[in-house]
Amino acid sequence: MTKPISATPSAVLSRTAVLALLTRWCPHNWRLGLGSSILLLILLCAIFAPWLAPHSPYDQSLTDRLLRPMFMEGGSWAHPLGTDHLGRDYLSRLLYGARFSLLVGFGTIVLSAFIGIGMGVAAGYFAGKVDLIVMFILTVRLSLPIMLATLAIVGLLGNSLPLMMLVLACFLWDHFLVVARSLTLRLREAEFVLAAKASGYSDLRIMISEILPNLVGPLVVVATLEMGHAILLEAAFSFLGLGIRPPDASWGLMIAEAKDFVFFEPWLVNIPGLAIFILITAITLLGAGLQRLLVKD
Amino acid sequence: MRTFIARRLGVSLLVLLTISTLSFVLLKASGDLAISLAGEGSGADYVAFLRKTYGWDRPILVQYADWLWRLLRGDLGTSFYYGSPVLEIIAERLPVTLKLGAFAIFMALGVAFPLGSLAALRPDGWMDRVAMFIAMVGQATPIFWFSFVLILILGLNLAVLPISGGGTTAHFVMPSIALAFYAMPAIIRIVRGGMIEALASDYIRTARAKGLRPWAVIVRHALRNTLVPVVAIASVQFGFLLGGSVVVETIFALHGIGYLTWEAISQNDYPVVQASVLVVSAFYVVLTLLADLLNMLIDPRIRHD
Repeated sequence: MTKPISATPSAVLSRTAVLALLTRWCPHNWRLGLGSSILLLILLCAIFAPWLAPHSPYDQSLTDRLLRPMFMEGGSWAHPLGTDHLGRDYLSRLLYGARFSLLVGFGTIVLSAFIGIGMGVAAGYFAGKVDLIVMFILTVRLSLPIMLATLAIVGLLGNSLPLMMLVLACFLWDHFLVVARSLTLRLREAEFVLAAKASGYSDLRIMISEILPNLVGPLVVVATLEMGHAILLEAAFSFLGLGIRPPDASWGLMIAEAKDFVFFEPWLVNIPGLAIFILITAITLLGAGLQRLLVKD
Repeated sequence: MRTFIARRLGVSLLVLLTISTLSFVLLKASGDLAISLAGEGSGADYVAFLRKTYGWDRPILVQYADWLWRLLRGDLGTSFYYGSPVLEIIAERLPVTLKLGAFAIFMALGVAFPLGSLAALRPDGWMDRVAMFIAMVGQATPIFWFSFVLILILGLNLAVLPISGGGTTAHFVMPSIALAFYAMPAIIRIVRGGMIEALASDYIRTARAKGLRPWAVIVRHALRNTLVPVVAIASVQFGFLLGGSVVVETIFALHGIGYLTWEAISQNDYPVVQASVLVVSAFYVVLTLLADLLNMLIDPRIRHD
């Protein structure tokens, strides 16, 4: 079942479809335009962090601790967003932090989409007993409090970046499953599916090449929203000290490290907080825009 | 109706059994308990002694059966850190989290229900835009940052609310606002969606056609029908809040289940970590069961399905 995701674009995005998408793209869909532009900007910041960052994110300087950002009184261009309690350049840490957010977001979604879509399509296609079992697995998953359960697992098994992504992926597939299943249920009696069956195609082939291409639009929307979810959870984990470990820079960890200074230097908390907010807003806008573009109701 | 209830109960029990099995597996996968209990660098005799006293030298299936049997009798094991029964510790902490969750869910419903309904009256109207904007902001704001913003504004600048601890009800206000803000977006969307669907249905057209005043149509007919999804989402969100309160509890130093779990993780107190997840999940399973039964009472269509 690795094929589905790579097999789809050719089927869906034929040349006419691309043209149709482009003409519908920008003028009427400001959400898509704004969301994708901001996300692209953050992505570029993350990729080119080593070239964009004015300093190393790890370099401490005892004489330059808690310098204020340039837009505040006493700030300077040497450290545009100031420095943290160890004298590390805040802008550099912010740029490097974007890498973890996006890495966790993308990585988790690829895995969880695989799990959720696989189970959802199988449940919808085979119905009956398979559906019953899949729905039971879904009920169990939904009964586990995601924040507490993932925290406990990461805490018990030891925290590392790959483990965190794996655990998050094992919890964030529910929306993929629900959407894939309900759409597949609608398609299983469709004429093109029956025709494929009559021609003797295998079940696996029908699911991948006949059904899956029809689910791409709604599933892309789910993927964007779940990516936001994963990024927020990573930030919360790092904030609680169970995610990205010091001295690496993650936005959640930056807030955790700044929390003792929140009464004196609130910008230390507000800058990474705002960064997370902007990233998630961009992803949400992108999701809403994609929904309008791809999902016909 | 009786078969509906029986089937629903059966599923809940099966889910509980699966979750408890998963949590047992997780505990076993977390490493050698005897070593972590003895502490690093302890003698081999002591580790062997602990393994024997706790029965960790028996076959895994025997351990599982024994563990499940104790669980059924309400024995959640003994805390490595406190040395007292886990059940007692959790019973002491649970009311704090329940109080926090209840405040938060009522606040969230109080804002989201009217907002979502008003938004649905004219989709894409200005009220709808405002509601959707609020939902989007709520969704994109990390709860820990929002908590600090609240602390800075309400606790420091205006100095109207206590910042940390759980002594009085006033201590619960800020954490509840933070949690409510976290739960609100989903409720706004559900109420709005349910209301739009209800308003487009035949019985609303009939009610309008027979000349009922617009407000009577909305309140008496449409609102009642959005109750089903709202009861469902409220119970789901409440369970979600019980689990999600860990961040808020650590920030505001409220000693509830979330705080307990977080503490227990850093103390390697595995039985407590395992039991907290188990208890919150069990709570959630019971809650959704109750919500389903309540919905059955509200909506006869579910009853006779």
